[in-house]
Amino acid sequence: MSWIDAILQGTLLGGQYALFAAGLSLIFGVMRLVNIAHGDLIVLSAFIALVCVESLNLHPLLSIFIVCPIMFCFGYALQKVILNQILGKDILPVILVTFGISIIIQNVLFEIFSADSQRLLSGELDTLSLKLSDTLSIGWLPLIAFLASIAVITSLQFFFYKTKTGMVFRATSDNSEVVELMGVNRNHVFALAMGVALAVAALAAIFMGMRTNFDPSVGPARLIYAFEAVIIGGLGSLWGTLAGGIIIGVSQAIGANINPGWQVLSGHLVFLFILAIKPNGLFPKTKD
Amino acid sequence: MSFTNKNHNAENLSSFESKNSSLRKIFIVIFILLLVMAVSLPWWGGRSDMRLVSEFCYYLVLAQLWNLIAGYGGLVSIGQHAFVGLGGYAFFIFTVYLGVHPLAAILLSGVFALIFAIPSAYLLFRLYGAYFAVGTWVLAEVYRLGFAQVTTMGGGSGMSLPINIIKKLGDSKFDREMLLYFISLILALSVIASIYFVLRSSWGLALTAIRDSETAAESLGVKKRLIKYSVYLFAAFGAGMAGSIIYLNKLRISPDSAFSVSDWTVNIIFIVVIGGLGTLEGPIIGALIFFLLREILADFGSIYMIFLGIVAVIVMLKFPKGIWGFISSYFNIEIFPVRRKLLISKKGT
Repeated sequence: MSWIDAILQGTLLGGQYALFAAGLSLIFGVMRLVNIAHGDLIVLSAFIALVCVESLNLHPLLSIFIVCPIMFCFGYALQKVILNQILGKDILPVILVTFGISIIIQNVLFEIFSADSQRLLSGELDTLSLKLSDTLSIGWLPLIAFLASIAVITSLQFFFYKTKTGMVFRATSDNSEVVELMGVNRNHVFALAMGVALAVAALAAIFMGMRTNFDPSVGPARLIYAFEAVIIGGLGSLWGTLAGGIIIGVSQAIGANINPGWQVLSGHLVFLFILAIKPNGLFPKTKD
Repeated sequence: MSFTNKNHNAENLSSFESKNSSLRKIFIVIFILLLVMAVSLPWWGGRSDMRLVSEFCYYLVLAQLWNLIAGYGGLVSIGQHAFVGLGGYAFFIFTVYLGVHPLAAILLSGVFALIFAIPSAYLLFRLYGAYFAVGTWVLAEVYRLGFAQVTTMGGGSGMSLPINIIKKLGDSKFDREMLLYFISLILALSVIASIYFVLRSSWGLALTAIRDSETAAESLGVKKRLIKYSVYLFAAFGAGMAGSIIYLNKLRISPDSAFSVSDWTVNIIFIVVIGGLGTLEGPIIGALIFFLLREILADFGSIYMIFLGIVAVIVMLKFPKGIWGFISSYFNIEIFPVRRKLLISKKGT
C-alpha cells in the first residue's frame, strides 16, 4: 500500500513541479531563453504573497489576484529592459545575466526577510484531506495544486493553439526573424511571454508557500526540478512538461520510500537516465 | 613588430604579435613585478596575506579553467563545482583512509576528478547549449547528494582533516603554511602557462574554431570530439587539484561547501565575465577586482553579493567582452597573445 501511496503523492508533487516548470517551458519554447533566475523569481513571488497575506490579512489563495498581476508586469519589464538586449544565438550572455539576477534576488530577499523559514498559512486547508480508503488519503492542498497545474497547462495550450496571440507566439518560436518581417514586434511578444511565464510562476509560488516552508535560498532547487520537467517533456511541449513534472515527482517519492536520503537524488538520476536515452526529451514539439 | 619586418614574410598570414608593443611591455613589467612580490611574500608578508594570495590563486585557477572550456571551447558548464567537490573529497579519501602523503594526494585528487569526468562527459556531450548547461548542474547535484549518503565520511555534515596528516607537510606551522602557499602559487602559474601554450598551438586554433562553428570546424577536419573531451577532462583535472588544495587549506569538508554552486561556479563565472571572457588576461583582472571588492565590502555580507551581481549584469550588457576586452580593444594590446591575426602584406605599396 505504501507504494501506491508513494506513487499517488509523487504524482501530486509532480503537478506542483509542472506548475514551477510551465512558465519556464513557455519562455524556453518561445524564445530559447534559459532563465537561471526562474527559481528565485518563484521565491520572490512567494515573499510578495507573504507580505500581502500578512499586511492585508488575506487568504493565500486570494493573494493570487494581487501577486500574479505584479509578477506579470515585473516579467514584462524584465524582458523589455534587460533580457531582450542579450537574446541571440549564443546562450552564454543569457545564462550569465540571469545567473546575476538570481544572485541579486536571493541576496535582496535575504537582506529584507533574513534566512528564516516562512510559510503561507492557509488555515483549515492546511490539514484537510480526502479519504480514498482506510489507508489512503490525499491532502486537499496538493490536490488543488495538481488541478491548478492541469488548468494552467490546458489554458496555456488553448491560448497557444486557439488564439491569435498564441499563433504569434508559436510563429516566433519557429522563426523570430521572419515573424519580424510580418510586422510583429518581437520584443513585445517576448516581453508578453515572460510576463505570462512569471504570472504562472507566481501561482506556483503561492501553492509552494502553502505546502512547504520556504526561505530565500530555496530558488535554485526549484529551478532544477522545473528544468528537469521541461527537458524530460521536450522543447515546446506543455503536456510534455506536465508528464516530466510527474516523472520527477514520482521518482522522488519512490526514492524517498526506499530511503529518505534518496528523494532528490533519485529524481536527478531518472532525469539523467532519460537524457541519456532520449537527449531531446520524450515529446519534443519543435526543434532547437 | 614593425611593418617592414612583416614585409619579409608575406606568405606567413597569421601571427600572434600585438601592435601596441610598448604598452604591452609596461604590462609585462607590472606582471613580473607582481610575480616577484608573490614569490617573495612569505619573507615579508603576514600569514593573512599568504592566505589571501593562495585563495586568490585557486580562484584564479578555477576561473582560467572555466574560461578555457566556456570562453574558448564554447562548453557553457554551470556545474564545474562538481570537480572541485570531487577533488576535495578525493583528497580526504586518499590521505585519511588510504594513508597517501598529502602532496601525492593533491595530484591523485586531480586524477580522481578526471576519472569521474569521463562518464560525465560521455553523458553531457550528447546535449547541446542550454541542455548541456543544466545537465552539468544536475550532475554536480548528483555528486553532492551522493557524498552526503556516505556515512563513513560524515554524511551531510562532513568531516575534518586529522592533525597528523597536516603534520606530514612540515614540522613548524610556518613551514606548512609556506608549503601550502607555494603549492597554490605553482598550481596557478602552471595552469595559466599550460593554457597559454595549448591556445597557441594548433589545438587552440581548433578549440576556437569549434566554439565559433562546430559544423564548419568539423568539415575542415577538426577532431571535434577529441578536442572537446580533452579540454573538459583537463579542466576537471585542474579543478580537482584546486579542490584538494582548497580543502587542505580549509581542513574541513562537507557536501554543501565542497559542491557549492555559489562559491565554485557563480563566483568563478562572475570573475571571468567581469574580467573578460575568452582572454587569458581577463580572469586575472576579474579575480583582482573580485578580491578587491571583497576586501572593501567584507563587512556588508550579502550587500557584497548584490553589488557583484549588479556589476556582472551591467558588464555583460554594456561591455560583453569584459574589462580586459575593453582595454585590449581600446589600446589594441594583448599581454598573452593567443589570438591569430591576419596580417595583410604591404609589399608593393
